[in-house]
Amino acid sequence: MKELIEKLVNAYGPSGFEDDVREVIRQEVEPYGEVSVDALGSLIVHKRGDGKGRKVMVAAHMDEIGVMVTHVTKEGFLRFTNIGGVYPHTLMGGRVQFAGGAVGVIHSERLEERGKVHALDKHFIDVGAGSREESPVRVGDAAAFYGPFRQQGERYIAKSMDDRIGCAVAIAALQQQEATPHDVYFVFSVQEEVGTRGAQAAANAIEPEIGIALDVTTTGDTPGARAMAVELGKGPAIKVKDVGMIAHSGLVQLMRQRAEEAGIPHQMEVLEGGSTDARSIQIAGAGSAAGTISIPCRYVHSQSEIVDANDAQNSVKLLLEILANPIDL
Amino acid sequence: MNELLQKLTEATGVAGEEKEVRLLLRDLIADHVDEWRVDPMGNLIARKAGSGDGVLRILVDAHMDEVGMMVTAVDSDGTLRFEAVGGLHPPALLGKVVQVGAKRLPGVIGARPIHLLDAAQRNKVVKLSDMRIDIGAQKKEEAERKVSIGDRATFLTSYEESGRVALGKAFDNRAGCAVLVELLQGEPFPFDLYAVFSVQEEVGLRGAQTAAFGIRPDAALVLECTPAYDLPNERDVGSNVALGRGPSLYVMDAGTIQDPRLVSHIMRTAEEQSIPYQIRQPGGGGTNTAAIQRAGGAVPAATLATPARYLHAPTAMINLDDFGHVRRLAEATLRKLDASILQR
Repeated sequence: MKELIEKLVNAYGPSGFEDDVREVIRQEVEPYGEVSVDALGSLIVHKRGDGKGRKVMVAAHMDEIGVMVTHVTKEGFLRFTNIGGVYPHTLMGGRVQFAGGAVGVIHSERLEERGKVHALDKHFIDVGAGSREESPVRVGDAAAFYGPFRQQGERYIAKSMDDRIGCAVAIAALQQQEATPHDVYFVFSVQEEVGTRGAQAAANAIEPEIGIALDVTTTGDTPGARAMAVELGKGPAIKVKDVGMIAHSGLVQLMRQRAEEAGIPHQMEVLEGGSTDARSIQIAGAGSAAGTISIPCRYVHSQSEIVDANDAQNSVKLLLEILANPIDL
Repeated sequence: MNELLQKLTEATGVAGEEKEVRLLLRDLIADHVDEWRVDPMGNLIARKAGSGDGVLRILVDAHMDEVGMMVTAVDSDGTLRFEAVGGLHPPALLGKVVQVGAKRLPGVIGARPIHLLDAAQRNKVVKLSDMRIDIGAQKKEEAERKVSIGDRATFLTSYEESGRVALGKAFDNRAGCAVLVELLQGEPFPFDLYAVFSVQEEVGLRGAQTAAFGIRPDAALVLECTPAYDLPNERDVGSNVALGRGPSLYVMDAGTIQDPRLVSHIMRTAEEQSIPYQIRQPGGGGTNTAAIQRAGGAVPAATLATPARYLHAPTAMINLDDFGHVRRLAEATLRKLDASILQR
């Protein structure tokens, strides 16, 4: 999976501008089902079942957090706003990359108190322009964070593991899956980071009975972290609840049972900040039984997110077990 | 004098009570469309059949409601308590003339005169709950004969022009309605155009949501009026949009990332036609585009707006050249819209 993950995280795709990621994924999935792209830009791969199973939507989002230029100063510096959850303490000294290739350095106005970071509106991006006229970008241009892929032991480090790792899991499952009784729609969704918008539209069109999101979750295993019983390397996390969704208890039960039967390491997740596409899928149309398989990830929404290779592999296995067997809730 | 803008902005249509505006719009468009109807929410939906060259179904939206007030209680002294309907800034209200109910009963949002304010009171913001509408009734019974709880009130502001600017209330979004009326009054488009004069935008994009769900268009254009903040400020943080610099084009707001293909199509069209435009500062705010974009299985959508100063207050100001350019840019954008732009 390493090459696939590397290709995915290196692609450019802030929310609303997922075209590059979609092309990478399209090439991987084209032989494995009927491929379509919906009006918002989500890529949908339909793999037909034998008619005896359920209608299942599996969602992983293609988009990543980023920034958008709101103003170019006379001196050529860029003021910007957030695309999705961008936090000031992760920014200073970091870099962003624009669709056209320009790279910018993020800094902030002078800190009066060293222990306190400024709000977003006192940060700026330096693209090396000497004036407004020289700036290679303009108001309304989006940028993604810059954080190239590295492998270190069993760990993968990069920007946008949230949620390219979910995309990688979905792609690997699609490629490895043999017969399934279920009618499965793999949705590579857009605009998750700005409010799970792509999955909402896709679910409205697909009307699934079962919805499973593949996304990252935070961990409680770093110094001074918020207490949370999810650790890196301990297997996929089966989500019970997050801020936007209470997972269908029957589906949680089934995920757990499949993991236990197949001897797949796993952990249970209760997330106290954030949500996933499953939130939208659960309440789209007349509703569905929804849940999430989470890939544990450290430093989510920073420019260096870390996941574990075995967690990714085991997430693929768990998804395959779920899809290969009946889903009776 | 732009009579269309005058008629539309002087009509009353606080969110949820848009009938007067709806009837006015219906009479303006009825002879120029193939069919029209009013849906259960109160949206006026019209279809202008295409010339047959295009395969698309395009929705063009302009909301007809405006922000205003609703009477919530009558006090013993005959004055009216009220709530805001949509986003109103209390300091903009004191001392303003309003019209209450379908009969347009005049009243004033009372303010204690400066003579009777002590030093501390002069610097204090008066809360909306401490304000009253005074219709000149002597006591409760007299007021109750004239108004009912639930009556809407809106500002009483006449439309004026001065040079290239126009002053009036409710440019948000009668400016958008006026553009849509003029589009419908013109020649047919290559495709079927579904015009939606929507209700209840100011209280949560409610009308557009149901209208778009019913129409299921291939793409949508939302015509709006967006706040301009272009007065001098101390830091170089830039204006969001400025009066007189052309139509305002959205890229991202609090509720949407606009369809990038439509956004570039509009920019390209503006450049080809030498129509000025400005990109609205991305960030906050929201329009019906958010509701339409995610209706059903999703709709590619973009927004084009006339900039206005002092929105959601008794008197706003637009530039008439901006307004004309929005109309021209909307028309050119739509005429050049074809399926290839929406392919992926």
